[in-house]
Amino acid sequence: MLAAIGVDSTADLFEQIPEPLRLGRPLALPEGLSEAEVYERLAVLAGRNADAEREVCFVGAGMYDHYVPAIVDAIVSRSEFLTPYTPYQPEISQGGLQVMFEFQTAMSELTGLPVSNAGLYEGPSSVASAGYLAMGATGRRRFVVSRGVHPHSRETLATYSAGYGAEVVEVGLEGGLTDAAALAAAVDGETAAVILQSPNFLGGVEDVEALGAAAREHGALLVVACDPMTLGILRPPGECGADIALGEGQPLGNRLDFGGPSFGFFCATQEQIRRMPGRIAGETEDVDGRRGFVLALQTREQHIRREKATNNICTAQALNALAAMVHLAWLGRHGFRELGELLARRTAYARERLSAVEGVELLHEAPVVREFALRLDAPVGAVLDRCAERGIAAGYPLGREYPEHEDGLLVAITERRTRAQIDELAEALGAAIGAENGGFRSDSERKAPIGETA
Amino acid sequence: MSLTETPMQAERARTIYEKSKRGRRAAVLPEAEVPEAPLEELIPANLLRAEAPRLPEIAEPEIVRHYNRLSRRNFDLDSGFYPLGSCTMKHNPRLNERVAALPGHARLHPAQDPRRAQGALELMWLLQRSLSEICGLPHVSLQPSAGSHGELAGLLLTRAYHADRGERRTRVLAPDTSHGTNPASVTMAGYEAVKVATNERGGVEMDDLRAKIDEDPAGVACLMLTNPNTLGLFDENIEEIAGLIHEAGGTLYYDGANLNAVMGHSRPGDMGFDIVHVNLHKSFSQPHGGGGPGAGPIAVSDRIEPFLPRPQVVRREGGNGHGPSYDLDLDRPKSIGRLRGFQGNFGVFVRSYAYILSLGADGLAEASETAVLNANYLKARLAEGRAGERLPIAFDRHCMHEFVLSGKPMKRDLGLATLDLAKRLLDFGFHPPTVYFPLLVEEALMIEPTETETKESLDAFAEAVERILAEAESDPETAKQAPYTTPVRRLDEVKATRRPVVRQPLGE
Repeated sequence: MLAAIGVDSTADLFEQIPEPLRLGRPLALPEGLSEAEVYERLAVLAGRNADAEREVCFVGAGMYDHYVPAIVDAIVSRSEFLTPYTPYQPEISQGGLQVMFEFQTAMSELTGLPVSNAGLYEGPSSVASAGYLAMGATGRRRFVVSRGVHPHSRETLATYSAGYGAEVVEVGLEGGLTDAAALAAAVDGETAAVILQSPNFLGGVEDVEALGAAAREHGALLVVACDPMTLGILRPPGECGADIALGEGQPLGNRLDFGGPSFGFFCATQEQIRRMPGRIAGETEDVDGRRGFVLALQTREQHIRREKATNNICTAQALNALAAMVHLAWLGRHGFRELGELLARRTAYARERLSAVEGVELLHEAPVVREFALRLDAPVGAVLDRCAERGIAAGYPLGREYPEHEDGLLVAITERRTRAQIDELAEALGAAIGAENGGFRSDSERKAPIGETA
Repeated sequence: MSLTETPMQAERARTIYEKSKRGRRAAVLPEAEVPEAPLEELIPANLLRAEAPRLPEIAEPEIVRHYNRLSRRNFDLDSGFYPLGSCTMKHNPRLNERVAALPGHARLHPAQDPRRAQGALELMWLLQRSLSEICGLPHVSLQPSAGSHGELAGLLLTRAYHADRGERRTRVLAPDTSHGTNPASVTMAGYEAVKVATNERGGVEMDDLRAKIDEDPAGVACLMLTNPNTLGLFDENIEEIAGLIHEAGGTLYYDGANLNAVMGHSRPGDMGFDIVHVNLHKSFSQPHGGGGPGAGPIAVSDRIEPFLPRPQVVRREGGNGHGPSYDLDLDRPKSIGRLRGFQGNFGVFVRSYAYILSLGADGLAEASETAVLNANYLKARLAEGRAGERLPIAFDRHCMHEFVLSGKPMKRDLGLATLDLAKRLLDFGFHPPTVYFPLLVEEALMIEPTETETKESLDAFAEAVERILAEAESDPETAKQAPYTTPVRRLDEVKATRRPVVRQPLGE
């Protein structure tokens, strides 16, 4: 090979790097390892994490311990899906492109909006991308955001806004839901978008249609972040007047993976189709009239439009979106709705059961689907530690991101959380709060019996 | 050419919705085990959905068949040579998939208390240290989700850095050979994109750079550069370029798309860069997944460090016989803030760290060396025969990990556009190179073979190009109508953009 190139050694090829810029020493990294050694090294690290296989996980806050069916793993690990690049050559990428088309159809159907892209990085950055779209669509630079929107989404929106030069105004919650009067007062003719989340971060199902009136009145876009797993039973944002519906896709077919990779979904009205971020697959025909799929509307994208692109994103998180599509097909039309019902019912049970525990009360009484907030009569961190000792990850502490709810705990339910586990959590919470407050009180003083666990 | 349909062509595309039959299903859900109250008693009726969304109704065996059949309509890296320039299509070791799937990684909740996620945080910290050494810059944030996200991060860091010094700079320079994401990121970060010309050796045109700086030195926020650049050439003037930008007060940003050329040989930090993004899905073997996921960590210099995204993984030294511990540091008052939810694409970090552990210091350097060797060998092969005549190299020097040919003579002499050659290559079982990029080379073909290809694969590719050119001398039409053997033939992309159909119409 060297002879064909006409050099004596590979070192000659690196001579184009000016001498002072050549490293001239080995990297200060360990020597390479065999496959078996690498496996052991990483298995040891993995073993030092309390994952949801070893703990009963009631933590949600945007990512949920759902059961991912085995066929998802089987299909996403196929080389044909795992190893190609973005489908720039559509003739040899029909599999991936059709998956995108099917995925777009599913997300469009779930959200009740006609246009979906093929996926974005994840949830919070999708909110920031919606802000960027809204600025372009309205020529305005102000976002009115509910405090019920995921704290990570609000912070990501603020980070992006510092770049593209927008202002973020926050509207508080009242009784676990967005304060409608404060929202209406905050929206004006300079508002590019009103951004809500439903169910919101505290689990409350918002009346999106009513809240959206303020956006309509002032010509601002209505952006709704949603949990896709609730859309089997909740009214789709598109029917409530949303211009954009988006969210974190992890609950659909994706593992927890300590936070990623997952995907964001992003749906909009027809009016916004040419302002959409990300890849979009479209149906077309080949020269012989066969049905086929291509990347459509590429004239929005960075590789064509450069500085005038609608967004800089290149990824579609295609493999993660495939996982979602397979999960949705597996659940199917009725299974998906039944799962939503199951979540709502088990959550209702858990909410009642836990709020009956001595030292526990509801943080709000707004309707919920799969997550709810409690107030604990003991330091939340200490209670979580005591539950963890019993192998239970009891929930997400609200205090850091909601200092007004220093005593708040967010509890999430999935189809994996059985009634027995919920009862066990009730017992663990009761015991932990009791211990924090100086030991158990007498049984007669308790609000509810504790200890009916399996 | 044959006009007979292949079996796969004869099987027309049907979506999973078109295979749906009322009443079929796959999933069996657990029993509720709790009172089955009507939903209306739990959630007000006006917030509920009237009808179940029209998802497919289909049994599990048919779902598996549907997606297996679809998968066969994809070309993939495990099936053949994929010399897509700038994309670094190297082999994806399956060990990495196995370790990423360990429950301690795959089922770890991102909001787990750091004290109970020490293994994950240590892995992230180790990956940070590894990337820091490879890039020659002291600090790393793993948070950005992709290269484009890393670029945006770098520009927001630049903005925060200048603002902290009380400066308001507005212009970001990038060469005309840069990736499209560069100028797109510049606009998203609220900056003005300024193009810098390329010289006859494929590097930055120094006079133009000086002119663009001199227009308004106090307005220069940053220069974004890929080195080696998108022509596969190392810019020999990099030290001088860095000097000019730093003198003007700007930051220097390294687009790490081409890092696979220089691992263990040269480091962006030593070249003078302040901010680097690394595409873990390119140099560090994360599978591309048909368009994601990836990850785009950034490495930065000391002066940029205070502004890094939150949270940051930190190591705290233990005392009294305790080992070190790891934590997520949120208390970073000058931080640009979050770029996304939670900590980043951890599953990608696991795979890339496994890759770094497997190769080690020598292995990484050898990977780059072989990538450069393979690129130069293929370049030499394509300088022979018909390819040498019809597809000349755009800039005739030794290349690094990739090179760019121009199809201009082929188009002039044979009437064959680069696109035609690309489509004909599909019939020979190859993924075509990147085409029509970089923009400054007419009819460009950008070829990156990577280190995981054998000499036999490279020879076979060169021979296929030769055969296609030979065929076109007597019969250019065959290539112009190609491909013939793929699941579908050339597709009408214009129609898909003019009247976009982006979802399946669904019945009741």
